[in-house]
Amino acid sequence: MTFDIKIVGLKKSFGSILAIDDLHLDVHEGEMLGLIGPDGAGKTTTLRMLSGLLIADEGVCLVGGKNVRSELSAVRQFIGYMPQRFSLYPDLTVAENLRFFADLFQVNKEERENRMKRLLEFNRLSPFSNRRTAALSGGMKQKLALSCTLIHTPKILLLDEPTTGVDPVSRREFWDILKELRASGVTILVTTPYMDEAAKCNRVAFIHNGKILLVTEPEKIAHHYKNTVLEIVCDQNVKAAKILIASKQFDSVHSFGDRVHLSSHQTSEQMKPMIKNLVEIENIQINSMKEISASIEDVFVELLN
Amino acid sequence: MKNSSTDSIAPSDGISALHKGNALLYQLDEFMKPRIIAIVQKEFLHIIRDPRSLVIVFLMPIIMVLLYGYAITFDIKEIQLGILDENRTPASRELVQKLTSSNYFKIMADLQSRNEIEEGMLQRRFVAALVIPVDYAKKLKTEPQSQVQLIVDGANSNTATVAINYAKSFFMMYSLEMNTQILVPPLELQPRIWYNPDMKSAHFIVPGLVAVIMMLICTLLTSITITRERESGTMEQILVSPIRPYEIIFGKIAPYVILALIDAIIVVVCARIIFGVPFRGNPLLLLLFCVFYVYASLSLGVFISARVKTQQVAMILAQLTTTLPAIMLSGFIFPIISLPIVLQIISYLVPAKYFLTIIRGIMLKGIGFGYFHQPAIFLLAFGTVLLLASVNRFKTNLEG
Repeated sequence: MTFDIKIVGLKKSFGSILAIDDLHLDVHEGEMLGLIGPDGAGKTTTLRMLSGLLIADEGVCLVGGKNVRSELSAVRQFIGYMPQRFSLYPDLTVAENLRFFADLFQVNKEERENRMKRLLEFNRLSPFSNRRTAALSGGMKQKLALSCTLIHTPKILLLDEPTTGVDPVSRREFWDILKELRASGVTILVTTPYMDEAAKCNRVAFIHNGKILLVTEPEKIAHHYKNTVLEIVCDQNVKAAKILIASKQFDSVHSFGDRVHLSSHQTSEQMKPMIKNLVEIENIQINSMKEISASIEDVFVELLN
Repeated sequence: MKNSSTDSIAPSDGISALHKGNALLYQLDEFMKPRIIAIVQKEFLHIIRDPRSLVIVFLMPIIMVLLYGYAITFDIKEIQLGILDENRTPASRELVQKLTSSNYFKIMADLQSRNEIEEGMLQRRFVAALVIPVDYAKKLKTEPQSQVQLIVDGANSNTATVAINYAKSFFMMYSLEMNTQILVPPLELQPRIWYNPDMKSAHFIVPGLVAVIMMLICTLLTSITITRERESGTMEQILVSPIRPYEIIFGKIAPYVILALIDAIIVVVCARIIFGVPFRGNPLLLLLFCVFYVYASLSLGVFISARVKTQQVAMILAQLTTTLPAIMLSGFIFPIISLPIVLQIISYLVPAKYFLTIIRGIMLKGIGFGYFHQPAIFLLAFGTVLLLASVNRFKTNLEG
């Protein structure tokens, strides 16, 4: 039995809205695949169909080689699913929540206590085992949720935006835990809206409007991008971006926070003077301008266009 | 500061061991705890930790018993009476004397004029006024019949009827007393009231309260139990386990069966101690029927809960479909026979109606199991049908 995921021709609509549109995706055994996309792209819907919480209109989900539709109860024995929304009982303590989920999966008592001890240590929650879940910080809640998901030692993990709303330190810690899990052979499919998190996976799948646009390794992202990318830092980002777009000299111009990325098939030597001319006429001060390798954002933006 | 906080998360063999050390990974262990027990335990923890549900479970029954027991009373001990004696003779004074010494009337005012009657009634000093006319004594001696007038405040029709009946029987007795040669009617009705000879409302109301309170607890708490998990998202996490619909549903209602039975005992004990309601039948038999009734009520709560999306809707629906019929259509206060025919037909679908027959029968009449085949069968069938419908409707996914 290989603990992998195969999605073939998946379709799902809610009323008149087509949420998942002919989606194909393979997750190999033992890998960590990041499913990245904007809100409403279909990330949650995909995970819910893989865990049998939603029923696909068309297509097949094979999880661990078993069809989710027809062998759901077998599938649910070896998957661990962590919903996007925190879904533990706030009035139960850390230990009680763990115990409850262990019992749901009918882990026997001795084994249960063993695993609880290990998971609490692993996730550094041991000192809080008797604390009500409601009184935990956001990061601790997510670690507890992950622990509850792991209590039956699943072979395949489906994590839906596990670090949304969690502070940066806890986020890093959480991803370190995922790395450990992957090292122990667990197959992980994780959705995220954060580009930096996606880069920590060994493969990344871009999803938009219910379709997978591209599946690649983070290191190879630049390969998918033939153009030159320039990063400009100036005092009036938005205005600069508008001017550069209006000039129609570049393939794409996007402002990312405090900087503008623009790409073109030209070389950076050709581009730099053009940019300078266009922008400085409008009294915008350029602080820096350098060629960078394409990031996940750039690829994504290009894919979207 | 502890060193450990700067270490890496855990030795990487920690998690590997977690997997390796579990050769029987997906084989069910013979010592495993049934999932249903896990749900029951968790549900109990929710109840114990939520002060609101504790209030609903333990305080509400006592408050309701006191409120209903004292407030809903049809008992009229004494009719407050005003007297306008226009005759002022020894004969009229004797009549007043007799009225005063009877236990049925309490003379509130000695009136001087007819105007004072209305005044007194408007001020609610008395609910009836007796007018002894000027020629009362004279007519008693000279004519075959003398008349007195009773004016009754009909605003409360119940009290008015009782006042008229009391007055009728009083004057009947008094007439017989005055003239022993009076012709006695050949047929006499001698009513005798069984099971509640003093016609105390509390004896009638309080056992009925058991039915209403249990219905209230069962439906109110269970109707929100499933919707609450849906709303808070915890259902999503439970559903991805290998749990089955019946395990969730039975596991969720089991704790409430016990709570509802505790409530039944609280109410019955209160009824006995505070209102002196007799308990003539077998308490264990009553407990058995309580189980049947709780089963029917909980099924209704779960039926609602499995169908609606939000707790608010669930609670409103529970009130509409359970508590209201339990009070209005069960015979708790209003006799079913006096309801319009449509409501009478609906009342056959109200579990409280059947349970009321049972509990009044056991407590007031002391009758045994043999008399309750039909209500028992109804309650069990009602519960089973709704429970099966709920389990059948309950899907282990988020569709629908």
